Amino acid sequence: MISAGIDCGAKTTKVVLMKDGRIMGKVKVLTGFDQKKSILEAWDLALQSAKVSADEVNRTSGTGSGKNVVTFALARTLDLVNDIKAMAKGASFYFPRARTVADVGAEEGRAAKLDDRGNAADFAVNEKCAAGAGAFIEAMARALETPLEEMGLLSLQSDKEIPMNAQCAIFAESEVVGLIHRMTEKKDISKAIHDAMASRIVSMIRRIGVNEEVVLLGGVARNPGFIEAVQRQLGIPNLLIPEEPEFGMAVGAAVVAAEGS
Amino acid sequence: MLANYGYQDGSGEYFITIDTEKCDGCGECVKLCPAGVFEVKEEDPHDPMREGPVAVVAQDKRRKLKYECNPCKPSTNAPALPCVKACKAGAISHSW
Amino acid sequence: MSEQKSPEFWRWTESNWVNPQIDWKKAKYITVGVDVGSVSTQAVVMADGEIFAYGNRRTGSDSPNSARKGLSFALEKTDMPETRIDYSIGTGYGRVNVPMADRTLTEIACHARGANFIYGPQVRTVLDVGGQDMKAIQCDDKGRVTNFLMNDKCAAGTGRGMEVFADLLGVPIVEVGERSYKVTQEPPAVSNTCVVYAKSEATGLLRKGWTTEEVLAAYCRAMAERIYSLVERLGVTPEFAITGGMAKNRGVIGRLMSLMGLEPAKTTWDTQIAGGVGAALFAHALCQKGKGREKKPA
Repeated sequence: MISAGIDCGAKTTKVVLMKDGRIMGKVKVLTGFDQKKSILEAWDLALQSAKVSADEVNRTSGTGSGKNVVTFALARTLDLVNDIKAMAKGASFYFPRARTVADVGAEEGRAAKLDDRGNAADFAVNEKCAAGAGAFIEAMARALETPLEEMGLLSLQSDKEIPMNAQCAIFAESEVVGLIHRMTEKKDISKAIHDAMASRIVSMIRRIGVNEEVVLLGGVARNPGFIEAVQRQLGIPNLLIPEEPEFGMAVGAAVVAAEGS
Repeated sequence: MLANYGYQDGSGEYFITIDTEKCDGCGECVKLCPAGVFEVKEEDPHDPMREGPVAVVAQDKRRKLKYECNPCKPSTNAPALPCVKACKAGAISHSW
Repeated sequence: MSEQKSPEFWRWTESNWVNPQIDWKKAKYITVGVDVGSVSTQAVVMADGEIFAYGNRRTGSDSPNSARKGLSFALEKTDMPETRIDYSIGTGYGRVNVPMADRTLTEIACHARGANFIYGPQVRTVLDVGGQDMKAIQCDDKGRVTNFLMNDKCAAGTGRGMEVFADLLGVPIVEVGERSYKVTQEPPAVSNTCVVYAKSEATGLLRKGWTTEEVLAAYCRAMAERIYSLVERLGVTPEFAITGGMAKNRGVIGRLMSLMGLEPAKTTWDTQIAGGVGAALFAHALCQKGKGREKKPA
């Protein structure tokens, strides 16, 4: 039984193919302005990489902000899975004992408390505001004139605590420029940015309650500076993060498809 | 005066209202808020003609109210808010 | 400001003015209000509660000096020395950086009092949209605040949010109003409140073939709706007055007024000086109550 999970997100579209509980293929493409095109591209690439034809895929699920476009793009019957459920199933696929999960994507952050069957018992979201999602760090990387991939490592070089007054990506940009003018070192500014970002995610996680083992998913979970800041603020030594955490929801969607709910 | 501290952004509206006609600056809210959201000022900064102390939402908390208040507002089984309970005059209310 | 490309889309006119009908030497109390905002600074000089002189200029990056420069700019065309000033009040975002201030007051208190002066005692609701914040204030006939709310957390609806779009679309701020009305049909508002997400949405619209003017109109409508929801939350009692830099943006204010369905109060004074006027009036009231500064020895 082959199942597919498609997560059409704000920044990237991910497709995961699973067979009998094992991941056979994982592909990610930039969503850009044409969601339908990126869904089709990711779908074809995933089938190719797993050496599977579209007809061999028994069940498919779509999730993410572009989930409605998935049905239209693929013209096949599929289940639409809400983001929280996809996140929860993805987290328990990788870490069956975990009871708390947070997923920080490009434009939205979510957190959920899980029961022992991998279902979300409670959840909270940070939505419609760039300050609570990956878009914040992206905007700050531009203000600091530093490539996004280097922001995390840069912040780890600092041990200063500079609180940010701004809670908005637009105002934070001006605040960063001000800090640069006052000769604050880039690594210290980067740490301030990660600390501020982490505090908003940690606050969201606290709403649903922290249960020891916390899973972190989403593209922002690749950022070592963010991981360190969240661990420090939660007082947890090690967050549980799968390799390629941005595929968390797509994996969850594939699991849901396989479960045939 | 109804002093509404907080903000509105893409995700919603988050205002704490302090009714300064009811507030006598007793400071119970300051003691009981786990996030240190409140402060008592000797004079109302928005009304120089008013005499006596008054509670305000601290300047450095106003832009983060949603995040600061999140721990007291769990998504399920939310108990009464400590600040609202603490105020005998009923001067404090939350918009969310 | 982070992006200062040439041409400078954010630029507006600085100005100062002196009242030819007032002889400062005959005044009992000379009071000053300095409103240091994130984008602009106004210094207002009053003689016995009447406006004698004022100046309005960009705050710039050097806040501590902007108050001093603001006051010199206001007094530039007069022969009054600063030592003649009996009491000064600082207000606005940068009020901690008004070195000559005897005390500070919030923009809320000062805007209400200032609007009462420049629009008249029939004003009951004041909306101020500045560079980095929005405030809605209800006041009584003496300009005393009865209800207020303020948002300085989120850029949506503020001058800064407008600057980001003006920059994206390559339209100078002073042309936004006029150009936003150059559309054959009023488009729906941009759906994202968040300026960062609205920018991506706008880029998408341009790619789909929308004209600059159409995107501008959609954004002005979104800003108007956003400001409207803040004002509605407070409640509007006529007369309704608008102060702050955004009052000069017809693209946003015109659409806001159609949403509100009423005419705003009018004034011949520069709406940006409301905060400074209020501060100077409070200073005057304090002098009259004998709470002014101790007179310096001759």
